Amino acid sequence: MQKQSRGLFLIVNILVILTSTVVLSSCSPKDSEDGMGKNVEQITIKNKGSDTMVNLAQAWAEMYVGVTTSASVEVSGGGSGTGVAALINGTVDIANCSRQIKPKELEQATQNTGKIPQEFIVGYDALAVYVHPDVPLDKITIPQLAEIYGEKGTITQWSHLGITHTACPSDKIIRISRQSNSGTYFYFREALLGTDRDFRIGSLDLHGSKDVVEVIGRTPCAIGYSGMGYATSHVKMLTVATTTDAPYYAPTLENVLAKTYPIARPLYMYSLGEPIGAVKAYLDWILSPEGQKIVEKLGFVPLESS
Amino acid sequence: MNILRKKSTANLPFSETAIELFIRLCGISSILFVFGIFFFVFREGAGFLFSGLDVKEFLTSVEWQPTSLNNKRYGAFALIVGTFSVTVLAMCIAVPFGLGAAIFVSEFCSPRLRETFKIIIELLAAIPSVVWGFIGLTLMNQLIITVFNAPIGLTMLNGGIMLALMSVPIIVSIAEDALKAVPDSYREAAVALGATRWQVVYRVLLPAAKNGLLAAVLLGAARSIGETMAVLMATGHSVNIPSGPLSWIRTLTATIAAELGEVARGGEHYQVLFIIGILLFTITFIVNLIADLVIKGIRQE
Repeated sequence: MQKQSRGLFLIVNILVILTSTVVLSSCSPKDSEDGMGKNVEQITIKNKGSDTMVNLAQAWAEMYVGVTTSASVEVSGGGSGTGVAALINGTVDIANCSRQIKPKELEQATQNTGKIPQEFIVGYDALAVYVHPDVPLDKITIPQLAEIYGEKGTITQWSHLGITHTACPSDKIIRISRQSNSGTYFYFREALLGTDRDFRIGSLDLHGSKDVVEVIGRTPCAIGYSGMGYATSHVKMLTVATTTDAPYYAPTLENVLAKTYPIARPLYMYSLGEPIGAVKAYLDWILSPEGQKIVEKLGFVPLESS
Repeated sequence: MNILRKKSTANLPFSETAIELFIRLCGISSILFVFGIFFFVFREGAGFLFSGLDVKEFLTSVEWQPTSLNNKRYGAFALIVGTFSVTVLAMCIAVPFGLGAAIFVSEFCSPRLRETFKIIIELLAAIPSVVWGFIGLTLMNQLIITVFNAPIGLTMLNGGIMLALMSVPIIVSIAEDALKAVPDSYREAAVALGATRWQVVYRVLLPAAKNGLLAAVLLGAARSIGETMAVLMATGHSVNIPSGPLSWIRTLTATIAAELGEVARGGEHYQVLFIIGILLFTITFIVNLIADLVIKGIRQE
């Protein structure tokens, strides 16, 4: 019996060590393996980056199969930073990015690969401010959002916004945010607070655009932000104004295209050097009306309304 | 066929040494892996740990702002408190259930029922943590909202229940072994003196097996501290000093899991996440060491 207990103890011991370390090893940034396959008949275009764009990129890749047989596209996510890192290492043909590439990254990529990354705006993403349908509020201003989310912010209760929120007895605003590395987090922080102020700690930092909407749909006290395309019937989107005097705009395709909706951003693709051959054909197709139709289908905003 | 047999007989001493060598290597490799992992984690974090990181701030500040543009702050205090509070809560739930189940399985149930129970408990241990996390995010979330009338169910209580469910199988298995290790002569002597079944358990067996039971609890706790996915999904993942079981929290492991994916390799933030790894390693090491010493204690007795 003693022996058995010792064996079990060892197994558990190893389990504990494994669980605490597997996290570290499995989450370290992964590099995609090399090999462009330039000389084979079918060219594989490697496409990596932003998690916001990964569904879109996947949809493009799938549709492109029907367009040409000479090239196929391999898509992976991991985040804008991961995509740019792969571009710097020269392991991808196109990097997806929900933010603009930083000058430092541009320089690194140029130095490392000898090619200057070229920028393409392929669509727009509008961040909607979501609340539970029971919240008696339809509009909000950017300064109000800044006071809700920003450090040393003064709005912590629904009554501070001048409303009586009966479905939320505690009156406390529950802030739903994203994990601090996501492109969405960075963009929302910049749009609200500029570069000098941080988000207040104590928000619920969820792990995906979909989770944010899902949790808000169950939580009357919550407010949160996520892509416009993630709206469901369980949540309400607020109209947003830049200041109290300015007009309020709803997160709609028209308002994003007219650049009147304040929390919208372009989505970028970067190619390594001026695109040629299959990569150029692919990017041209994405920018064509056919490619842009997919942008709209996935809840993003196409370049021109079609 | 004949030749083959002859050959193998002739090579027996050699194959024996080869197998022995192989087994020896297997044994050594586990030590090598542990040290290798520790070396890797330490190397990644050491640079910033010894130059740059304000260790006092890291251990005492609640300001976790690793992606701030102008004012990066690495205060892990809330994360440490989060890890400990959810573990303590999980143990408060898991220890009575785990030890109770172990006593039942070892002392009170029929051999046939015991085998069934053991299989079911092992099955419980085999459920992946992401499944627990998903249950926490959906089912338990809704349940806590309804039962406690809480604004949101992603709380320390939710994470604690998930962790308790995950550590109960470990506690049951080890505690049951510890109870079985108590010699039958103890039981017979107690029964001969007229003790009831329950008196045998709490007057004789529990004191006799206390070290093994303590080891079971500590290993269950170590499992809770190291758990990642379930707490990431169930606790709300919020940098917050909890004021009660219905507060949301964030743990050390969940922070690593959520943030390591997108940090620049070798940067400050990356290194701080590995320093959290070193901290976790130290905590689990201490807990395991205590459990090991306690188990050694039993054997000497």
